Amino acid sequence: MSLIELRNIHKTYHLGQIDVPVLKGVSLSIGRGELVALMGASGSGKSTLMNILGCLDHPTSGQYFLDGHEVSSLSSDGRARLRNSKIGFVFQSFNLLARTTALENVIMPLSYAHPAISDREAKDRARELLTRVGLGERTDHEPSQLSGGQQQRVAIARALVNQPPVLFADEPTGNLDSRTSEEVLRMFQELNEKDGITIILVTHDANVAQHAKRTIRIVDGLIAPDPAAPAGAPAQGAFA
Amino acid sequence: MRAILTTLGIIIGVAAVIAMMEIGQGSAAAMRKSIASMGANNLIIFPGTAASGGVSFGAGSNLTLTPDDLIAVLRECPAVRNGAPIVRARSQVVYGNRNWVPQAITGTTPAYLDVRDWTQMAEGESFTDRDVRNSSKVCLIGQTIVREVFQGRSPIGQEIRIQNVTFRVIGVLSPKGANMMGSDQDDIVLAPWTTIKYRVSGTSSSASTASSSSSTADQVNSLSNLYPGGQPALYPARSAVQAADNPMPVRFTNVDQLLVVAVSSEQAEAAVDQVTQLLRERHRITENEPDDFSIRNMAEIMRTLASTSTLMTNLLLFVALISLIVGGVGIMNIMLVSVTERTHEIGLRMAVGARGIDILYQFLTEAVILCLAGGAMGIALGRLSSFLVRWLLKWPTGTSLAAMVAAVAVSATVGIVFGFYPAWKASRLDPIEALRYE
Repeated sequence: MSLIELRNIHKTYHLGQIDVPVLKGVSLSIGRGELVALMGASGSGKSTLMNILGCLDHPTSGQYFLDGHEVSSLSSDGRARLRNSKIGFVFQSFNLLARTTALENVIMPLSYAHPAISDREAKDRARELLTRVGLGERTDHEPSQLSGGQQQRVAIARALVNQPPVLFADEPTGNLDSRTSEEVLRMFQELNEKDGITIILVTHDANVAQHAKRTIRIVDGLIAPDPAAPAGAPAQGAFA
Repeated sequence: MRAILTTLGIIIGVAAVIAMMEIGQGSAAAMRKSIASMGANNLIIFPGTAASGGVSFGAGSNLTLTPDDLIAVLRECPAVRNGAPIVRARSQVVYGNRNWVPQAITGTTPAYLDVRDWTQMAEGESFTDRDVRNSSKVCLIGQTIVREVFQGRSPIGQEIRIQNVTFRVIGVLSPKGANMMGSDQDDIVLAPWTTIKYRVSGTSSSASTASSSSSTADQVNSLSNLYPGGQPALYPARSAVQAADNPMPVRFTNVDQLLVVAVSSEQAEAAVDQVTQLLRERHRITENEPDDFSIRNMAEIMRTLASTSTLMTNLLLFVALISLIVGGVGIMNIMLVSVTERTHEIGLRMAVGARGIDILYQFLTEAVILCLAGGAMGIALGRLSSFLVRWLLKWPTGTSLAAMVAAVAVSATVGIVFGFYPAWKASRLDPIEALRYE
């Protein structure tokens, strides 16, 4: 089975009396080591799909397997644990804790890890990751003392600290200029190639999507036919 | 900054509790002391009732209490702090051309002043145990006597006459005022009990009454018989041979009352029990026989004392409770604001895998730490203010370790109780909503 497998996912929001269907039967398969761009116009259901993929939300109907775990039936605590161990998040607005050093920001997810990790090991791991993203010198700086690109790199280090198999990046370059965007995207590519981490970039920017090996377009709550993957997503899942 | 404002409620609450407790404790101690000076801890041991041919002589008519009983009580009853024997007389006091009949002419030992909490002398000094042994003719007088007999002049070194016995005034007692029943406690002459017993009562007409007739006329020091006034001898004096042939039963020396003071008002009951047991033993009273003495304590005063201090404690507790509730509401308010402000952070923490319960613990811990810090600062502030009160207003204060421990425990409890709702609210946030929240 592939790393991520969606089967006929529906998501309907209830706004008062009206039911608003957002996802209308999404089936999708993403294998290990893929670098996927998830594109779609605003209102297409891109964010909803992202939330479901990121185990932040559960679908109204359908099945979602993440690394062999059935997610749609899990409780919120179960999903939280899964998020902690399987998923790293990188956000558009970095979402670093203010008045907290880069090192502590990176360590933060480890405090929710099961089994717990010793302070010393957590620090070592965080330092190593910060060095890897090129911030080895700035472990004691607070977010306000870092540039946008640096903050995003801290966020990437934080996303990687639990050694997750999959990384979700929601508009990771949305708040960055083109040069730092390029740096960050290259870092994603490097992580994908060297470490084999599956990366899913959620974006509406075609330039960003170009860095991905595969692009999934979502239109009106459905997956648009994928020209880049001739075998088709379900077929790929079947071979994996 | 906001953390300080947040904890201000708790700080003030705890500080108020500590200060109130310390000042209250000091006041309570002072109050206890002043009530004790009215004799709350005192026990009065009266001899039992003598009866002859169906005629009772009333309370205190039995002649069974001795100074040795007192010595034994002081030695063997741990609940008794001190004690003094009392020999009473009622007679006229004469000085120059003035005379006066004091309410009490009391023969006792120097310990009496300690028992009555009366050691502060207005003038002069107390008589000593040596004066008691020697039956010295010295006395202490109360303020009323100074006013009535000496008309305000210093009486020190002057001699007054009681029953034709001259007493040198060596001290003036400090004013004590009326007692609970309204009788003037300053209308008193204090002298060594041996002097009163052997030199005054022995010759007084009241010697014939049962209450003080124990002293024997033949022990009277004839030196003090300057003026006739003694009773005529009923029988001819016995010769030495007669005395040897028919020895008179040995008469021990009795006193009218024993006044003892318990270690504390809580120990008064224990003191009664111990004294009762000891005296029954000493007086060889078998189990079925009634006591040949009776012990009275100031139960009424003690009840007042107990209810006063209970009232005081409850009042303080109530004030403390209100201020801590106010502080707790402040904590809850600020924690709610904090949860709203940090929604984004909560969303992030949830996204990276914090479960609801982790968030709950985090906010609860923060609330408790805030409250404990507030409690610690409150203790410091409270101690400071009680110190200032003691230093500037000269009020008595007492340190209360219990109050400090309670304040810390209560502030932690307040943190948990009032921090729970905001923490629970935080834990119930939806991570998607929280992340999107601006």
